[in-house]
Amino acid sequence: MDIYNLIEWVVKIGIVFLIFMHALAYIVLLERRLLGFIQMRLGPNRVGPYGLLQPLADGIKFFFKEEIIPRDADRVLYMLAPIVALVPALTTISVIPFGDTVNLFGREIELSITRTNISLLVVLALTSMGVYGIVLAGWASNNKYSLMGGLRSSAQMISYELSLSLSIVGVIIFSGSLDLAEIAKEQMNTWWGIIPKWNILTQPIGFLLFLISVIAETNRVPFDLPEAETELVAGFHTEYSSMKFAIFFIAEYANMVTASAMATLLFLGGWHGPFVKDFPLLGPVYFTMKIVFFLVLYIWLRGTLPRFRYDQLMKFGWKFMIPVALANVVLVAALALFLY
Amino acid sequence: MMEQAFFLILAAFAVGAALSVVVQRSPIYSAFSLIGVLVSLAALYIMLKAEFLGAIQIIVYAGAIMVLFVFVIMLLNIRKEENALDKHRYLWLLAIPFAATLIVEILYTVLKVTDIPELKDRPIIGDSQSIGYGLYTGYLMPFELTSILILLAIVGAVILARREKED
Repeated sequence: MDIYNLIEWVVKIGIVFLIFMHALAYIVLLERRLLGFIQMRLGPNRVGPYGLLQPLADGIKFFFKEEIIPRDADRVLYMLAPIVALVPALTTISVIPFGDTVNLFGREIELSITRTNISLLVVLALTSMGVYGIVLAGWASNNKYSLMGGLRSSAQMISYELSLSLSIVGVIIFSGSLDLAEIAKEQMNTWWGIIPKWNILTQPIGFLLFLISVIAETNRVPFDLPEAETELVAGFHTEYSSMKFAIFFIAEYANMVTASAMATLLFLGGWHGPFVKDFPLLGPVYFTMKIVFFLVLYIWLRGTLPRFRYDQLMKFGWKFMIPVALANVVLVAALALFLY
Repeated sequence: MMEQAFFLILAAFAVGAALSVVVQRSPIYSAFSLIGVLVSLAALYIMLKAEFLGAIQIIVYAGAIMVLFVFVIMLLNIRKEENALDKHRYLWLLAIPFAATLIVEILYTVLKVTDIPELKDRPIIGDSQSIGYGLYTGYLMPFELTSILILLAIVGAVILARREKED
């Protein structure tokens, strides 16, 4: 590996990480403002113009809050839990491609931190590790509400991971690759020059299944049972304060971004859009726009839908999602057999 | 050089975590040590160019099966193992011959195999394509039989769970 490659790598990691972390802070602001509008109020708009400095104020506040560790908590696991939640959530961004190769400073630069031929599986593997942060937090706090939150989270993860993986199988069959960049490239052509060949149009059932499962996997409304305020105080992070609480928050939003990026890459053509072939640098712009669309959808759902009851959640996962996902796999496989 | 350093770090972590699985008194610590073993093994697979196997190892074992383990431990709320070893005090005598056999086997393998082919000379056998090809051609029969076995196990589990409810 020569020195230029190393520099390119470090710069890429630095830029992506910086943008990612700032984006996370501003998604929180976006969520609070949008929720405010949905509920006929303004939301935080006092700190800076349009409340744009609110994330900074929040960050400073988190740092200066008192840190409390419960006396009977399992100290090692209690400290470990936020780290276990955060690390996989942030690592997934490293295999997500956000554009084609571009020519910059006389070098061919791939617009992703790293590329493997199984990046889809890497994302699945890392997100499946994320649940341990929540589970550990629930266990280590030595608090019955936290424990209930952790229990619910693990049960929910197992149930919805199945339909999540099954909903992706259709996409894999059609594109014949486990590489996210390849899957996105497969969707760059158009029908009759106007309608993009996005997977959402060829497999609408798969897309809906994916969307529902991914919301359940990220523990968001209406599947936010692990932190149901009305029953469990705050669920798995009841006993966490200060920066440790903030880390759980960051991890949750990072998972949301990853989920949106996955939905974009798998079903909405990734970074493809008009004129991307001529100006590859437009790719990341389209990619970001599509991600923001999904994030707004997340927030919109939170503002509109009530929470599931726990037995409804389980019944829905096992008796509706998984059978439909299985049927979808059979359908897509049969279609692929006839079309190719 | 760098590869060797990474290998040593991962191997040391795997061995340490494996020891921790056995030594820990609290089942939840044991379970999480086991997750550590599985993850470091997956990393070793990836270093051996078997990325597919590594990813599947994490998804299936660390991400699904261990979640079930942890779920059960949390559901039963087992905080600490209490004198569980006292009941089987004589068992550790049995452990000695077993461990000795295992060590002899490993030593035999290590000393016997001398010409290890270089990683870059070997054909790629770890990617999804070659694994899929193998599964659906040469190993089709065992593959299908295994899936029937798993199906039977699922049906059995459902029946067991049902019966308990009717009582």
